[in-house]
Amino acid sequence: MNIHEYQAKEILRRYGVATLRGKVVEKASEARAVAQELGAPPWVVKAQIHAGGRGKGGGVKLAKTLDEVGDWAGKIIGMNLVTHQTGPEGKQVHKVLIEQGCQIAKEYYLAALVDRATGRVAMMASAEGGVEIEEVAAKRPEAIVKVDIDPAVGLAAFQARKLAFAIGIPAESLNKAVQFMLGLYKAFVECDCSVAEINPLVLTKQGDILALDAKMNFDDNALYRHKDIVAYRDLNEEEASEIEASKFELAFIKLEGTIGCLVNGAGLAMATLDIIKLNGESPANFLDVGGGASKEKVTAAFKIILRDPHVKGILVNIFGGIMKCDIIAEGVIAASREVGLKVPLVVRLEGTNVELGKKLLRESGLNITPADHLTDAAKKIVAAVRGAKGTDMGGR
Amino acid sequence: MSILVNKNTRVICQGITGSQGTFHSEQCLAYGTRMVGGVTPGKGGSTHIGLPVFNTVAEAKAKTDCQVSMIFVPPAFAADSIMEAVDADLDLVVCITEGIPVLDMVRVKRFMQGRRTRLIGPNCPGVITPGECKIGIMPGHIHKPGKIGVLSRSGTLTYEAVHQLTQLGLGQSSCVGIGGDPVNGTNFIDVLKLFKADPQTEGVILIGEIGGSAEEEAAEYIQREFKKPVAVFIAGASAPKGKRMGHAGAIISGSKGTAEAKFAALEKAGCKISRSPADMALTLKSML
Repeated sequence: MNIHEYQAKEILRRYGVATLRGKVVEKASEARAVAQELGAPPWVVKAQIHAGGRGKGGGVKLAKTLDEVGDWAGKIIGMNLVTHQTGPEGKQVHKVLIEQGCQIAKEYYLAALVDRATGRVAMMASAEGGVEIEEVAAKRPEAIVKVDIDPAVGLAAFQARKLAFAIGIPAESLNKAVQFMLGLYKAFVECDCSVAEINPLVLTKQGDILALDAKMNFDDNALYRHKDIVAYRDLNEEEASEIEASKFELAFIKLEGTIGCLVNGAGLAMATLDIIKLNGESPANFLDVGGGASKEKVTAAFKIILRDPHVKGILVNIFGGIMKCDIIAEGVIAASREVGLKVPLVVRLEGTNVELGKKLLRESGLNITPADHLTDAAKKIVAAVRGAKGTDMGGR
Repeated sequence: MSILVNKNTRVICQGITGSQGTFHSEQCLAYGTRMVGGVTPGKGGSTHIGLPVFNTVAEAKAKTDCQVSMIFVPPAFAADSIMEAVDADLDLVVCITEGIPVLDMVRVKRFMQGRRTRLIGPNCPGVITPGECKIGIMPGHIHKPGKIGVLSRSGTLTYEAVHQLTQLGLGQSSCVGIGGDPVNGTNFIDVLKLFKADPQTEGVILIGEIGGSAEEEAAEYIQREFKKPVAVFIAGASAPKGKRMGHAGAIISGSKGTAEAKFAALEKAGCKISRSPADMALTLKSML
């Protein structure tokens, strides 16, 4: 799960991580008063969306007067912000963070993440802050320093010092940097983060160490023990179809193509997208119904797929392991009936109770094309979708 | 021969009285696995599906001489169950549970340091030596005893590979699902080493996914030490950047973890790539 910058800073402050004072507003009319309350100029007005690159996209502005704060808030709230992470369609801004300005002496990069290679949390720092860290990692990996953290000990002060010295934090600010890192690690672990990124971390001309920006990602599997973090979820930032899917605990991701997919298992679901591509068409979604899916869950999955107007056909690919093919068949039939299926449907079932599943489909009286194996399934749905496109053209 | 498990392996199930534990323990028994008991704290002394239930893994081991535990405990408690099995000094723990918080697994890995127990999973289909022993949730009937090792990060995609092999008349020595989580117990190299040492295994299908660098590391190992033929499929070649494809581990961030990078590394190591998931077994057959 992702949260906004202002929310991440709220969490970090609780762990003693230094940030600038700031407050979020949803109405431009409130911006001026908020700025006044924060104190002397300048202020920074920052768009709050779940994507990076906001500054370059025009979503972060410096204001030297209260009037400018109001102006920028008015311009940014409601704007459609396009950054390299939003995709060309952009994202609508609903909130801005008004923050105190500060005098920056130097910018750094700092992040905590789970390092799969070691199976541990790692903290990474670089003297090159404020830039795309992935570019730094690709071009000059030696510019990034990393420490692996023993979960039984936590981040040790010497490790924090090691990072601070390596990136060139001046001695006068060393303790502040160490406190910052220890707080960040504590927040990371106690909140079950998957990534916590401070980019940039800044050294001010007064010698303070601050999080100028903050990004936190949380492990979805651990949200059950963090009700306070779940409360930060912003549905404006998510695809409506993905929100609906999450209610039924379906792993669903909307894509750009025309073939809807319903598959069991994440690996097979990805492989199904791959084979559709290999056969010259594009998938409309990734959808893993998971293990132990109920008939209701499958019905919901089917409805979510069919809600997308771009879907010209559906491919169901089920290899029964935990899942029983007859349960899937019942779900498919119930959903098809309920939504009044109009697009071609190709169903490939394999594994546990396959004959029973196929029998149910055959006896349903619905227009379902059975497929025998993966390639057969992909070819049949691609042909069906192309046929449907042809019919469309002819009808006009 | 086979790897990890065989017809003599004595297996218990942690979480045996739950619905999943019950169902799959029955399936394993039906397949011929030597299930010797189960563990559910508080239900010790009772009998479930004909097997004795114990309060602790240590007690189960003392009474049944079990070597392996299969875990079906809910995600919030699964990490604790793994540690209990490790503490009881079992040979192997196979954790099927999906959805364990990753920091729980970080602690589990730390706990396992210096101990001899091997962990497969979590979030995996399990391990099977066809015709001898099935520990996990895979459909037993698609398997056939033989000479091919199957190794995968994905569950259902493993079944797909096994099914293709069996259709081509190629049986399997052992099949291992290592799971789709970012932090897991056993990696590709660990299993490749076992397949290398197993005289029965003559070739391997390796199934990876986008995200992480486990496949690239496996490629280095294969190039260096693994001489048996390896056919590879990597799921997610068509996945967009930055989208998590179901498995917590399956996400491309930046230029790292793409299918193309993994294909390139494995091809360089002498593996043959199956671009289509439908051709995994055919690709391996062409190498035998």
